[in-house]
Amino acid sequence: MERPAPDVTLDTSGTFCPVPIIETAKAVKGMGPRQVLLLIGTDPGIETDLPAWCKSTRHEFLGCEVAEGRIRGWVRTRGED
Amino acid sequence: MEKRKPKALGLISGGLDSMLSLKIVRDVLGCEVRAVNFYTGFCITETQRRTGRRRADGSVKPNEALEAGAELGSEIELIDISDEGYLDVIANPKYGYGANANPCVDCRIDMFQRARALLEEWGGDFVFTGEVLGQRPKSQKRHTMALIEKNAGLTGRLLRPLSAKLLPPTDAEKSGLIDREKLLAISGRGRKEQLRLAEELGLTNFPQPAGGCCYLTDESFARKFFDVLDHRDERKISKEEIVLLATGRHFRLSDRVKLVVGRTEGENFQLERQAQGRYRVFAQQVNGPVALVEGEPTWEEMELASRIVARYGQGREQEQVAVAWQRDEGEPDVLAVVPFRDDTAFERFRI
Repeated sequence: MERPAPDVTLDTSGTFCPVPIIETAKAVKGMGPRQVLLLIGTDPGIETDLPAWCKSTRHEFLGCEVAEGRIRGWVRTRGED
Repeated sequence: MEKRKPKALGLISGGLDSMLSLKIVRDVLGCEVRAVNFYTGFCITETQRRTGRRRADGSVKPNEALEAGAELGSEIELIDISDEGYLDVIANPKYGYGANANPCVDCRIDMFQRARALLEEWGGDFVFTGEVLGQRPKSQKRHTMALIEKNAGLTGRLLRPLSAKLLPPTDAEKSGLIDREKLLAISGRGRKEQLRLAEELGLTNFPQPAGGCCYLTDESFARKFFDVLDHRDERKISKEEIVLLATGRHFRLSDRVKLVVGRTEGENFQLERQAQGRYRVFAQQVNGPVALVEGEPTWEEMELASRIVARYGQGREQEQVAVAWQRDEGEPDVLAVVPFRDDTAFERFRI
């Protein structure tokens, strides 16, 4: 699956639940509407945490993939409220 | 004049009770809700993920607060409070510990003080939680709940929607800002009433009770936690030490020396990351665990630690195993030892 080019890339490798999502929330606060964040990490729970967080915050979860022990997840920030 | 919308700050663990309390405050009382979840650094989910442990079905333990946020359609802000101030509270609790290393009263006072600061900064009316009167032996007794409220500076501003009718009315109830008649009178350890309420409020996806997510209530963790505090002059513990306490088998070799042996590949990886300033101990020619030694061991203690490390590696049946001791980037010292054949020979050192 083709992934969009990220506006912001956040590497949380070496940290575990809930730190990757805490950092994601901080990063997204500084982004504009409809921008793309790429989250990279080693916490296998990112695959379930990121879509759950997106659902509760109304950001768009674009998918996750795992390769060589790294999880990469994409989020598109929600539009103007 | 139109009644203003009350603003309520919720402390949400992600368990059923906190989910119900958020539903009641937001949907039944009609409040504007800001929901937060405090990360303390003693999270079992975090440790399991860090050390590569999975559930029986192979899945990773989910973060309950995030799952709850998704189910409720409400953002749960995760806030890191695992700072030095919080760790000082845990190491020196004014109101003592529960059955293990859980100073629930002091922990709650600290959390509620932080919640009060957030509430005031936000301009909110009250804090709410999913606490149920009489549900937990220490922190949810009537007098303890009042004590926590007072010490946190939240007297009259802390609402427990599930038990509110059994507790004195909050300021928001007294002033008519929220309707006390819409609140509940649940008490005790049962879940029947909460399950009925979940159905009534349309909650379908919620976690089963599983003893919480706090390592401080774990008996084995508590032994290691107190061992650290009991072997130092000042009752202080760092965030990095907390991570180490939740990793591996721990052995107290003497007042000055401790050995930690990895149990899984994930734990070995974590121990490698924490090797700075400690001895890294490992079997040289066979596969085996990574171990760390804190302190300056005597020759006898080095031999003892080496025999334990050799016991947990693939050379356990060999006559001799070469065990390397390396500190930082230095050249390793190597000891040839006979692995322990019988665990009872070193069991007394296990913490």
